[in-house]
Amino acid sequence: MRTPIAFFLVVSALLFTIGTVGVLVRRNALVIFMSIELQLNAVNLTLIAFSRQLGEVNGQVLAFFSMVVAAAEVVVGLAIIVAIFRRRVSANVDDINLLRW
Amino acid sequence: MTDLIWLVPALPLAGAVALLLAGKPLRRIAGGLASLLVGASFVVSVLVLIDLLGVGAEERTVAVKIFDWISVGSFEAPVELRVDPLSMVMALTVTGVGFLIHVYSIDYMHGDPRYSRYFAYLNLFVAAMLTLVLANNLVLLYVGWEGVGLCSYLLIAFWFERRAAADAGKKAFIVTRIGDTAMLIGIFLAFSTTGSVRFDEVFGAAGGLASGTATAIALLLFAGAVGKSAQLPLHVWLPDAMEGPTPVSALIHAATMVTAGVYLVVRAHAIFEASEVALGVVAVVGIVTAVYAGLSAIGQDDLKRVLAYSTISQLGYMFLAAGVGAYAVAIFHLVAHAFFKALLFLSAGSVMHATDGVIDVTRLGGLRRRMPVTAASFAVGGLALAGIPLLVGFFSKDQILAAAYEAGRTGLWITGLVAAFITAIYITRAYLLTFEGEPRSELHPHESPALMSVPMAVLGVGAVLGGLLGASAQTGRVQRFLGPVVGEPEAHAAAGALSEVGLSVIASAVAVGGIALAWALYGSGRVDWQALRARFGGARRALSRGFYVDDAYGALLVTPGKAAASFSASVLDTRVVDGAVNGIGRAFVRLAGVGRRLQTGLVRTYALAFLLGAAALVLVLVVRT
Amino acid sequence: MSSFPWLTVTVFLPLAGAVVLLALTPLPRRRPEAGGYGADDPWRWVAFLVSSATFVVSLGILTEFRAEPGFQLVEEAGWVGPLNIRYVLGLDGISLFMVLLTTFLMPLAILASWRVERQVPYFMASLLALETAMLGAFVALDLLLFFVFFEGLLFPMYLVIGIWGSGRRVYAAVKFFLFTMAGSALLLVAILFLAFRSETALGGMTFDLRQLVGMDLPATTARWLFLAFFVAFAVKVPLFPLHTWLPDAHTEAPTAGSVILAGVLLKLGAYGLIRFNLTLFPDASEDFRGLVTTLAVIGIVYGAVVALIQTDIKRLVAYSSVSHLGFVVLGIFAGTLQGMSGGVIQMVNHGLSTGALFLIVGMLYDRTHTRDLARLGGLARRTPVLAGVFLVVALSSLGLPGLNGFVGELLILLGTFDASRLPAVIAATGVVLSAIYLLWAYQRSMHGDLPAELESTPDLSGREYAYMVPILVAIVAIGVFPKPLLDRIEPAADRHVRLIAVEPSSADVVRAAGGD
Repeated sequence: MRTPIAFFLVVSALLFTIGTVGVLVRRNALVIFMSIELQLNAVNLTLIAFSRQLGEVNGQVLAFFSMVVAAAEVVVGLAIIVAIFRRRVSANVDDINLLRW
Repeated sequence: MTDLIWLVPALPLAGAVALLLAGKPLRRIAGGLASLLVGASFVVSVLVLIDLLGVGAEERTVAVKIFDWISVGSFEAPVELRVDPLSMVMALTVTGVGFLIHVYSIDYMHGDPRYSRYFAYLNLFVAAMLTLVLANNLVLLYVGWEGVGLCSYLLIAFWFERRAAADAGKKAFIVTRIGDTAMLIGIFLAFSTTGSVRFDEVFGAAGGLASGTATAIALLLFAGAVGKSAQLPLHVWLPDAMEGPTPVSALIHAATMVTAGVYLVVRAHAIFEASEVALGVVAVVGIVTAVYAGLSAIGQDDLKRVLAYSTISQLGYMFLAAGVGAYAVAIFHLVAHAFFKALLFLSAGSVMHATDGVIDVTRLGGLRRRMPVTAASFAVGGLALAGIPLLVGFFSKDQILAAAYEAGRTGLWITGLVAAFITAIYITRAYLLTFEGEPRSELHPHESPALMSVPMAVLGVGAVLGGLLGASAQTGRVQRFLGPVVGEPEAHAAAGALSEVGLSVIASAVAVGGIALAWALYGSGRVDWQALRARFGGARRALSRGFYVDDAYGALLVTPGKAAASFSASVLDTRVVDGAVNGIGRAFVRLAGVGRRLQTGLVRTYALAFLLGAAALVLVLVVRT
Repeated sequence: MSSFPWLTVTVFLPLAGAVVLLALTPLPRRRPEAGGYGADDPWRWVAFLVSSATFVVSLGILTEFRAEPGFQLVEEAGWVGPLNIRYVLGLDGISLFMVLLTTFLMPLAILASWRVERQVPYFMASLLALETAMLGAFVALDLLLFFVFFEGLLFPMYLVIGIWGSGRRVYAAVKFFLFTMAGSALLLVAILFLAFRSETALGGMTFDLRQLVGMDLPATTARWLFLAFFVAFAVKVPLFPLHTWLPDAHTEAPTAGSVILAGVLLKLGAYGLIRFNLTLFPDASEDFRGLVTTLAVIGIVYGAVVALIQTDIKRLVAYSSVSHLGFVVLGIFAGTLQGMSGGVIQMVNHGLSTGALFLIVGMLYDRTHTRDLARLGGLARRTPVLAGVFLVVALSSLGLPGLNGFVGELLILLGTFDASRLPAVIAATGVVLSAIYLLWAYQRSMHGDLPAELESTPDLSGREYAYMVPILVAIVAIGVFPKPLLDRIEPAADRHVRLIAVEPSSADVVRAAGGD
């Protein structure tokens, strides 16, 4: 018997909510970053779940695609965060306000 | 020979170009070269004239096309010269008098740092003037018309280091350009109603024009003539133009350029005749100017300004002649005036040359003993101007007055006599104060060199004998030669009570009377004219300022004009027009100032907005399905 | 006739030159001012030679050109396939002389900027890129291609004013940019609208001017589109009241910038009005003729009046441009062959005479370091040649017969008068006013007393002769013998006039009855 799709969706929704809350309430850039990854993976999970449900590979392809994008994003994002940390000895997003009006 | 007519303007033009481009190397021979070219131009004109006299009177109009100039669609303005009696009389006058004045200038301008430049401008002027009189269409005529205006500007402002000279040049150009622009519109109107700018077509169609249109064209062309010939109300530039070298005043501002207006009216007489109003306006403007300028001439102390106002006044006479339909007489007076007025100016120049530029008649006096040739020349010129019998001015002026009388315009005739009386007064006064009596200042004048005296003598002979060419309005050689172009002179069955002889006697008596009155005042020694000056100071000042016309223009046109311009520039353009633009810019800045409050710059605020937005979208989807 | 791509070569030669120039340039030193660019550096020569070569190639166009109404030397290639945006170049009698004017003025402008010392290679590259953009705009027949060139010239011009200008150069550059951009935005929208419309109306989307001409548009739509195009070009012309960027841009731009701006860039506006407004929306053009004529006449008088009291000689010349371009637009919208031909030839004339005026102002500034007329005077005594050149150019600008300006002014006024009299009469006052302000400027700088500090002012140098003589020759040649130009302009002008020809006035009827 197959696991009903609702299970996957609930997990995915939980993960996504945790990620969203993380992005909104945390101040450490690294943690925010991890939360964003969590959101992305929540979506990936949904995609794969539906893919399985519908018996198509489109969803899985899209999941791979989003993983590649996430990887690229991590590369650039981490580099920026590390560079900022080196310079300002802080990863607090509220401190990084140079371009703010 | 007629085909070579293009040489007539081309020779002086070539001289002008050569002297402008190679002034320095040609400096030593500039005067000779320039004179030679104008002389050659005169010779060619004479040869063409001989050709012309060799054919029947009806075949004396030849058009010589040189090249296509501006032609677009139905509009064609070729460079095409017209050889006919009228243009040849003008060309001969221009080249003849022009040649003499070139020769005179060789000595007069000797030693000037811009000697070559002077002759270049003078040659350019002759070329432009010849273009004007030889043109066979209105646009080419306009080319010459503006060209002489330019040369007039250049030569008046020749000594541009002097503010007054530079101002006078600019004034001459701008004031005449007002008339020129009106004339240009007249040309447009002629084109748009007759479909051509060629003389034959335009004047040929003149008879068929609606009288309103004909009046409009004629008056617009006349406006150009008024500007160029310094008639009221555009005369203000000519007295100031005396800032230029004196030979220039003789050539441009007495003998040739200023007469272009008369030439134009005569040339376009078909259009003027198509409209009663236009001819009337020409005659009235002419006679009013003649009297006005004559009175102003009495008040002048500067000898050259006397002559300048005199020129304005005599041009008025010519317009009077044209206005009563005596075109041949107008041209005859034009030629006669070219001789005697050039003579007067050259004499005045000779005086200036001798006195190192002192030209104020109240400071001169007794020059006759030192400068007999000059004094004699001035006297001959003056008598011719006053209209003493047997000199050229007598014939021409007499014919004008007779024409006015015979046309039944008794009012014009009487006013003309008044103007003649005034003429005799001012020119006698100028002569007596300059050459007779005792010297009034410490000057050591000397007679001028031969190159200056000879041209004066030649012009003097012309002023004495010129009458032979046109002794009668009906049978004079000049008048009959011009006949085919301007209409045969008609023998009027004397409209009034006076016979022609009677008219001549009256005119001569008036001239003699004027001379006698002036002599009584300034020459007899019985009247202290200096006391009179002081006594009637106000009147004298009014006369000497030309009844304040120039001042009125200054106050009524120039000052408000400047104010309007500066209002446009500093208020209208920067505040209103540009201000509107800047205002739009500022409005956007303000709007942006409100808008940027939304951009907190905090990433988490954006993320929250993002989330809420997404939630809202989901909600919408849910509600709709 | 010949398969040689004349237009492509002419258009892109300067850009290639610019690329080469930049490729050869070492990276900017840390402080370029200190390092500087000396007189022996090759950049000026490279730029001059490239632009001269372009001129020579453009003469080839002239020899290939036939006096016929249609587009010639057409080159076509695909560009953006899906949208059917194509690379279409071609020219007629109107664009021919715009191209020649551009290629003629550019080497002279480069010669005139020999003394620019900051960032020379970039300056020269900007000028060359500008040349490509201008040439491209004059020969592009695809609307979007035109737009690309039309916008493309903004950037180099912006740099030229903003970096190498004087005084309030940044203000001027930004103002120039914003004005033009505001117009262009409308232009782009209108172009896209036309293209999408063509998809249904012509059965396939196209940006090709030659095909769009045949498209039927509802009158109201055409009017809106006309206005969108009109605003874009009116800013460039510039037409009152959109002219205020011009005095600032002209005044602050370096000499070469002013010359190109006045000589060529402004023509692009007038050219656009002919090429696009008249061609694409003939009916709307007729509807708006009254408005356009009114604006042109206001511009003529207003520009002249404001020029009257300028004391900065460069500003004076700038306002004179407003007045003179008013004449051009007046002629274009007169609806007569004379007016149109006069308008086109006057674009050439204005390019020559106003370009030359700016060159002269540049020479004056080089010598005296001031543009304030009150501080000049009496220079004719020290610098007779400069004075003579100034006078000839001023006379050309005020329309003295025998020089080029007269030919254009005469035809414009004549053509306008034939169609409607009042505008021509009012515009004619501009002729008088131009005499006043130009002679005033001439007198203030050349006549009168020479200030002591100008006692040792030198006359023209060899290089200055080199760039003034060609212009003077052209000024006199066109004035004396305009036929070669008019003959080539006339067929194309005729084609455009037919689109908006005026009803024959009652006068013409008389004329016809009278018989020719």
